[in-house]
Amino acid sequence: MQFKRSVFFLFVVVLALSVPLVGAQDAQVIKIASQSPLSGPQSVLGTSIRNAVELAIEQLSGPLTEMGYSVEFVPFDDQATPDVGVANANLLVNDAAIMAVIGHLNSGVAIPSSEVYNDNNLVMVSPANTNIAITDRGLPVVNRICGRDDTQGAAGAAFAASLEGVESVYVLHDTTAYGQGVADFFQKAAAEEGLTVLGFEGTTETANFEGVIQPILALDPDLIYFGGIYSQTGIFINQARAAGYEGLYMGPDGFDSSEFAELAGDAGVNTYYTTVAAPPTFYPAAAQFIEDYTAKFGEPPQPFAAQAYDSTGIVLAAIQSVLESGEELTREAVAAAVRATENYEGMTGTYTFDDNGDPELATYVILQVGSSDPAEWSNNAVLADFQAPSPLAAAAEATPSS
Amino acid sequence: MLDAGRSSLGSVSARSVLGWVYRFILFPIGQMLVFIVGAALVLTLLSYLLALLFPEPRPNISLMTQVNRQLPGMIVSGITIGFVYAMIALGYTLVYGVLKFINFAHSEIFMFGSVVGFEVMQRLAEGGNLPGWSPVLLVAFVVLAAMLASGLLAVLIERVAYRPLRGAPRLVPLISAIGVSFFMIDVVRAFQAITRNDFNLTYPLNNLEWIRNPVKLAIGEATVNIRPTQFIVVLGAVVTLIALNYFVNGTKLGRGIRAVSQDMATAGLMGINVNRMISLTFFVGGAFGGAAGALFGMNVGTVTPFVGFIPGIKAFTAAVLGGIGNITGALLGGLTLGLIESFLNGLLVYFPVLGQRYTDVFAFSVLILILIFRPSGLLGERVDEKV
Repeated sequence: MQFKRSVFFLFVVVLALSVPLVGAQDAQVIKIASQSPLSGPQSVLGTSIRNAVELAIEQLSGPLTEMGYSVEFVPFDDQATPDVGVANANLLVNDAAIMAVIGHLNSGVAIPSSEVYNDNNLVMVSPANTNIAITDRGLPVVNRICGRDDTQGAAGAAFAASLEGVESVYVLHDTTAYGQGVADFFQKAAAEEGLTVLGFEGTTETANFEGVIQPILALDPDLIYFGGIYSQTGIFINQARAAGYEGLYMGPDGFDSSEFAELAGDAGVNTYYTTVAAPPTFYPAAAQFIEDYTAKFGEPPQPFAAQAYDSTGIVLAAIQSVLESGEELTREAVAAAVRATENYEGMTGTYTFDDNGDPELATYVILQVGSSDPAEWSNNAVLADFQAPSPLAAAAEATPSS
Repeated sequence: MLDAGRSSLGSVSARSVLGWVYRFILFPIGQMLVFIVGAALVLTLLSYLLALLFPEPRPNISLMTQVNRQLPGMIVSGITIGFVYAMIALGYTLVYGVLKFINFAHSEIFMFGSVVGFEVMQRLAEGGNLPGWSPVLLVAFVVLAAMLASGLLAVLIERVAYRPLRGAPRLVPLISAIGVSFFMIDVVRAFQAITRNDFNLTYPLNNLEWIRNPVKLAIGEATVNIRPTQFIVVLGAVVTLIALNYFVNGTKLGRGIRAVSQDMATAGLMGINVNRMISLTFFVGGAFGGAAGALFGMNVGTVTPFVGFIPGIKAFTAAVLGGIGNITGALLGGLTLGLIESFLNGLLVYFPVLGQRYTDVFAFSVLILILIFRPSGLLGERVDEKV
């Protein structure tokens, strides 16, 4: 009797809960998902990406709302871990209302997750993944609006070689697809630039770098390049300086978070880093975004937030174009429309995707850390910036002239 | 007669004081020195042998020069991390000695100690009175707070997760321990997310001059920077290890723990409160883990809720290497493993094909080799029915 009553009660509850769900589905819901690390050591960047997507949906979904659609936001936490990212991907492809994914932060997570998206024709636009394998696989659903590690690594090496007194470098990486990838490009380019590469080491250590530092001190390089993310590289330089390392320090866009200043302290000042996502303050058009973001979330946006905003804008514009063309709104149509994006005017640049999903022209910036105060991070000095075409765009340019 | 009796009594007590000093202070310190010097000597000889076998410079200096330059650095960093391993290993070994099971949640007790140490220092720093503390007092306060917190946590874990399973098959508390481990990580993660919205917990050491300025030591070709925190780790470890040795071998409670570890049922019949002794064992082991955590945190600067995993596994290895269940063995195992690791890290860079990522492979190969010849560890006694 007891059992029957509880089953009946459960049935009523399920019925009551399902009423609003059914109602919601009638009102043409379009969902945009984000995947980024919201917990764990890299959550500072990941949460900022999430927030920027939320802000973009709020501000840019006006045209879709007028067409009678309501745009909803579903954030996912990939924990910067490949298997969590893939598990989330398998989960979110089953929600038919999800039309696009903005993410990830980590290339090592994005590569396996995007295979799942590809199997389900779900489009992904990445604000931050720089590994070459992201787009070089030629998947029709995978796009990014940032630069690539081959260009970034080479740009870092060229810059290092141009610094006075730098003749030898020691290259470290974090053994992930991203870190090892960019460190490898740096290493090759550095050798071509005539620098001596004293060592190329991977480490998964996150706390005690003593063992990594000892041989570096013995080899005495002029510059250490660490292909990795701030949660590791900031702690590393702090300990390396305490152990007596006095040379220069450089890294890729993984350094780009105010958390780096927090972790590295005074040891991090004067560190050089290349990035594919200049700080929001670098873009004149992003002033309004910084203001809105700070007002909504109570703290200034981190790097990649502006790119996440633009990625969302591209996706929303693509959905709008599908609806306007009168086609049925399917994932395939959205993916095709995103890939066909031409001259989308975002605040971080004008984006046109090539056949692999790379932006035809990407911006690369070299910065130097100015202060150990995290609040001063967005005022880091921009030492150089340039635009470089994607490999496909460069090849297309080269063909007619030859 | 009376005089003679008095004088002999006096000399007995003088001798017993000397005996006490020898037994509980000189002997343990001597033991540590022998372990360190022995392991360091063997490894140094092996490094030079390797350097003789590979004379060509790569890429700009020979292995010989490299060893010359980094030898003191390798030894210092090996000793530092070795003592940390040893302190964590004690937690595994004490619990194993009494309950014959591996407390896999111990790595999280270590992590908890490092987080508590951070919280204490951060609170003091936020109050603005951190620079006013005397260095010794501050370190002692932080370490004691971490010890107390971790010790109590270990007792709580035993009460909640292990005691109800005392009669169950061996594998059951093992699974329970792994569950507690995950639970602890997520509790700390959630707590830090709510209170600080940050996972990288950076010890506020930046405005403490005495903790930041390294001592420069020049030995021949080599200069080694010894950080004050490394001194603190070694000193703290030595002091607490001596205290533990006295506690286990010199006090009534320690005798109770030893009795329970020899035969739980008989010890109970002899009027020893077995449950209390087990709780006490967990407290002592947990306190050591906590002290190691706080010292480790001060040394590396930044900890996270995930920081316990690697040192935990390594310390477990050290406990097995030294002979699990044996306190001296944990010390020997920790120091040996720390030094082996440090030397491998230093030497493997010379071989680009291998590199430092193979450090653990080689370190654990050494472990397997030792266990082939001494299945119960370096100092372990032969036992048949253990997990």
